[in-house]
Amino acid sequence: MKKQKQECFGGFFNPFDLLSEEIIFMILDLLNHNPLDRKSFSLACKSLYATESKHRRTLKPLRQEHLPSVLSRYPNITHLDLTLCSRLTDTSLSIISNVCAPNLRSIDFSRSRLFSTSGLLGLAINCKNLVEIDLSNATDLKDSAMAAVAEAKNLEKLCLARCKSITDMGVGCIAVGCRNLRFICLKWCLGVGDLGVGLIAVKCKLIRHLDLSYLPVTNKCLSSILKLQHLEDLVLEGCFGIDDDNLAVLEPGCKSLKSLDVSTCQNISHCGLSSLINGAEGLQQLTLAHGSPVTSCLADCLKKLSLLQSVKLDGCVITYDGLKNIGNWCASLRELSLSKCSGVTDEGLSSVVTKHKDLRKLDITCCRKITDVSIAQITNSCTSLTSLRMESCTLVPREAFVLIGQRCCLLEELDLTDNESFLFAGLKSISRCSKLASLKLGICLNITDEGLIHIGKGCSKLLELDLYRCAEITDLGISAIAQGCPGLEMINTAYCKDITDRSLLAVSKCSRLKTFESRGCSLITSLGLTAIAVGCKELTKLDIKKCHNIDDAGMLPLAHFSQNLRQINLSHSSVTDVGLLSLASISCLQNITILHLEGLSPSGVAAALLACGGLTKVKLQAAFRWLLPHRLFEHLEARGCMFQWRDKVLQVELDPKCWKLQLEDPMP
Amino acid sequence: MDLKERLSGDLQNKEHPSFNNFNTQNQQNWEDPSMLDYSTRIEPPHFLGFNQSSQTQPSNNQIKVPGQDGPVNETLQANKVQEWDPSAMLNNLSFLEQKIHQLQDLVHLIVGRRGQVLGRPDEVVAQQQQLITADLTSIIVQLISTAGSLLPSVKHTLSAATPSIGQFGQFGGVVFPPGQGMNGGVQPQNASASKVSEQPNTVDVSSNSGNEQNHIIEEHDMKDEEDAEDGENLLPGTYEILQLEKEEILAPHTHFCTICGKGFKRDANLRMHMRGHGDEYKTPAALAKPHKESSSEPTLIKRYSCPYAGCKRNKDHKKFQPLKTILCVKNHYKRTHCDKSYTCSRCNTKKFSVIADLKTHEKHCGKDKWLCSCGTTFSRKDKLFGHIALFQGHTPAIPLDENKGSIGTSDRADSNQAANKVGSMNFNFSNNVSGESGVQSSMDVKGSVDDPAGFFSPLNFDTCNFGGFHEFPRPPFDDSESSFSFILSGSCNYTQKSGEE
Repeated sequence: MKKQKQECFGGFFNPFDLLSEEIIFMILDLLNHNPLDRKSFSLACKSLYATESKHRRTLKPLRQEHLPSVLSRYPNITHLDLTLCSRLTDTSLSIISNVCAPNLRSIDFSRSRLFSTSGLLGLAINCKNLVEIDLSNATDLKDSAMAAVAEAKNLEKLCLARCKSITDMGVGCIAVGCRNLRFICLKWCLGVGDLGVGLIAVKCKLIRHLDLSYLPVTNKCLSSILKLQHLEDLVLEGCFGIDDDNLAVLEPGCKSLKSLDVSTCQNISHCGLSSLINGAEGLQQLTLAHGSPVTSCLADCLKKLSLLQSVKLDGCVITYDGLKNIGNWCASLRELSLSKCSGVTDEGLSSVVTKHKDLRKLDITCCRKITDVSIAQITNSCTSLTSLRMESCTLVPREAFVLIGQRCCLLEELDLTDNESFLFAGLKSISRCSKLASLKLGICLNITDEGLIHIGKGCSKLLELDLYRCAEITDLGISAIAQGCPGLEMINTAYCKDITDRSLLAVSKCSRLKTFESRGCSLITSLGLTAIAVGCKELTKLDIKKCHNIDDAGMLPLAHFSQNLRQINLSHSSVTDVGLLSLASISCLQNITILHLEGLSPSGVAAALLACGGLTKVKLQAAFRWLLPHRLFEHLEARGCMFQWRDKVLQVELDPKCWKLQLEDPMP
Repeated sequence: MDLKERLSGDLQNKEHPSFNNFNTQNQQNWEDPSMLDYSTRIEPPHFLGFNQSSQTQPSNNQIKVPGQDGPVNETLQANKVQEWDPSAMLNNLSFLEQKIHQLQDLVHLIVGRRGQVLGRPDEVVAQQQQLITADLTSIIVQLISTAGSLLPSVKHTLSAATPSIGQFGQFGGVVFPPGQGMNGGVQPQNASASKVSEQPNTVDVSSNSGNEQNHIIEEHDMKDEEDAEDGENLLPGTYEILQLEKEEILAPHTHFCTICGKGFKRDANLRMHMRGHGDEYKTPAALAKPHKESSSEPTLIKRYSCPYAGCKRNKDHKKFQPLKTILCVKNHYKRTHCDKSYTCSRCNTKKFSVIADLKTHEKHCGKDKWLCSCGTTFSRKDKLFGHIALFQGHTPAIPLDENKGSIGTSDRADSNQAANKVGSMNFNFSNNVSGESGVQSSMDVKGSVDDPAGFFSPLNFDTCNFGGFHEFPRPPFDDSESSFSFILSGSCNYTQKSGEE
């Protein structure tokens, strides 16, 4: 790399001498979109290389093998993201702890394995300034590792989600060792109970965020938790051990609480909830998803919370009285989620939205009973809505959608998935929402190119567009979108069967594109894919399943140009060994799905798997399991790759309309 | 108290005039409400000789003087006046003289009656003893309190008074040299009583003629009273003291067949065995539990003394605490004065002299897996976490790890305080140890998993008092004193898992 330095100024005058380091730092601050930009910047000349090395604060290394050289190049790293290094040995940890010792503040191990207690201990002891560790998914770490982490005395943020092997003892060590802890996540740490959590609450007085999701805790630890003076965010999702009994005797406490999540706690009714939030007048966010039924009593006990802004009631049974009482709250809600709530009727929803006129975000996904009455009421009173999610509101007639575009012009996010009656007229009105960033029109079978042309004209800020199974769409519509929305980052044209390479050529002009999904578009070929690969350098996710016309010719440019590709699905395409092997040159490729590829031989698969060093997840035909040597898979698994074996028979693609009918068939 | 009343009632039935007189007087006193709170009215300095600590912190001391007679009240009230009052003294002395004369008459009477009651000599003798005991108790108490009024100015009054107490004792036919007993009870406390002042003391001052005993003063620590074996807190003299010989205690069998000589541990087994020797042993009467006499006559409660000289359970000990049953004697003697020959097969460290203790231990051995960084082990996780929540710097110790660091961070001041506490506790139970810190770490703190009070049981202290403590090595941690000592003030359920013991 260093050899490529350019000596463009002949050595007598270097205009870069006039630029101070600070100015170059400011330029670098803005170079954030494509990681490759920084790379080319630092490759320009020696001084820029040195400046970039000095400037960089965060690092996300691809392979642990490169850690020694990378770390010595970037001495000022404060944040080290090791999520791409699925294999991380103690040796690497000791290198990190020796090289980055004085500066390192944050380190993320959430996707890494293989390191052990001794590595963590060295890290905790050497890096005195470490304030943040993410150890999520370290399922094999035991209490001794927690004792090692506890040596990091200045730790403020610790994430231990899914560390299943740790127990109260380990958490106790952390509670005693890390007195400055402000944020701790113990989600799914199934070995941790009341005692560990109670000790955290006793010892770490500065705790602000406490996540106890799915822990087998009971009411015993709650009293000490609610005594925490600074607690702002408490997550008790899925704590089935907490119930109404004894909750009533809790002393009023925790005035600092701002956010409470008691979703999936079926044993907490309105009585328990009211004693939990007793004294917490400053509560702003409340999540009661999948909990006990939202009745008038429950709604009443939240009446007094004047600062409440966001309430999530997803999946609850809601009565009419409950909804009506929500309308009587003294707070004016900004965010309300009623997705998958049974019992949401036009009357109830109307009484809510007429009172909470300031609503910014509304989620009424799968509220199948609501009709145009609700939509009229919502659009009438909540004109400042920025996000409306109304997937599968099947009773809403086509006329109602026009109102959305007419009245809620500030919308940024609109989810209309599975609203069959949604039509051209609706899209035309929605095109007036000029701020729209995310539009989801999946399974809206009736939308046509004309509608998309309107969107392309009106919504220039669109970032995400989902056209899943919008079978009427052709190249015309896609081209209009690609022209009108240059900033597009995600487009899903799956099963839009009429799409050809022309669409892809148009989309390739959206240079920011990160996710491209075109399953079942059998007309597109390697040519179109080549255009995408050349034009969209930031592409990270590609799904070309069932694109039969894509073959190795499409893979070669992809392997060459899309150096940011992380995830690819090649199932049912015509790619062979050669194309697959060529993908090995994409160094950050992590996730590949190669099912039903007829041109694939066992040895080709083996070669490709061995060549792709960074793979973490591979979906393979089960047959390969027996065709390839067992030792190969052992080796790959040791490198950090997981295999998912699939043995599904090939399904004939159904007609789009047929597919919808078949989907609805099993439902009552 | 009930016992006494019943006794006096029994005596009343005998229709002896002088007894009658005495009893009515006595009963009046019990009903007198002022009696109920007399202990608060007594000014501690009067008992200076018994407990100097009371002088330093009078408010902490509760002094009970049971077995009083009416006039004592007056005396005590008179004594409330701090100043030395010769006329009051004279009054007291003349009252005492009167009292002694009464008692003398009584003894005369008993001597006279002795020939007449041949039927059941034991009971009568017991009653007489009881009566005299009560009377003498009151006399001695009065005498002491009278003498005590002089004490602030004249410190040696007590030693002068002691022989006279002994003389009173001789009225009841004292078997042991009384003067010695008194001194034994009084002097050592004076030596370092100031240390006691940290805890509230309950001082039982019950002086009496005590035919066969010399434990005139009982001094209990509050904690000690929780001990199951002493829960009843009998008045000295209200029970009969038996002492078995060492050989008897250690004998495997206590019941022997008179015909074939076979030994048995239980008399019930012996009775079952006897059936084989003939039909006469098969009758219900022969099979019934012996010694089940009609309890109309009050029998003196039996208590046991340990034959080991110097033991607290030995009747010669100044703070003698009797043992309740023969089984207690056996277990006490084996635990305290015998080799620990039974070793736990699991841990190979714990040793026991009583096989039942071994079995109890083996049930739980290896289950004390909850370990603190200070080296304390707990059988229950919640106890460990309670302990950690209480103390700064203690962390749960993860097993498999060799104890790495993190001990010795405990709060110094905290542990020192606790250490002092231990010291004073030691003193209370054993003068020969007198708060020496080395003992703390070698104290036997076995058992007591579920019984917090068990830790303070006299058994354990006995162990360390009587040369037993050199058997227990210090815990492996260097600062075991500080790490150990807080345990006393902290939660109770733990065992010191260290080395042997």
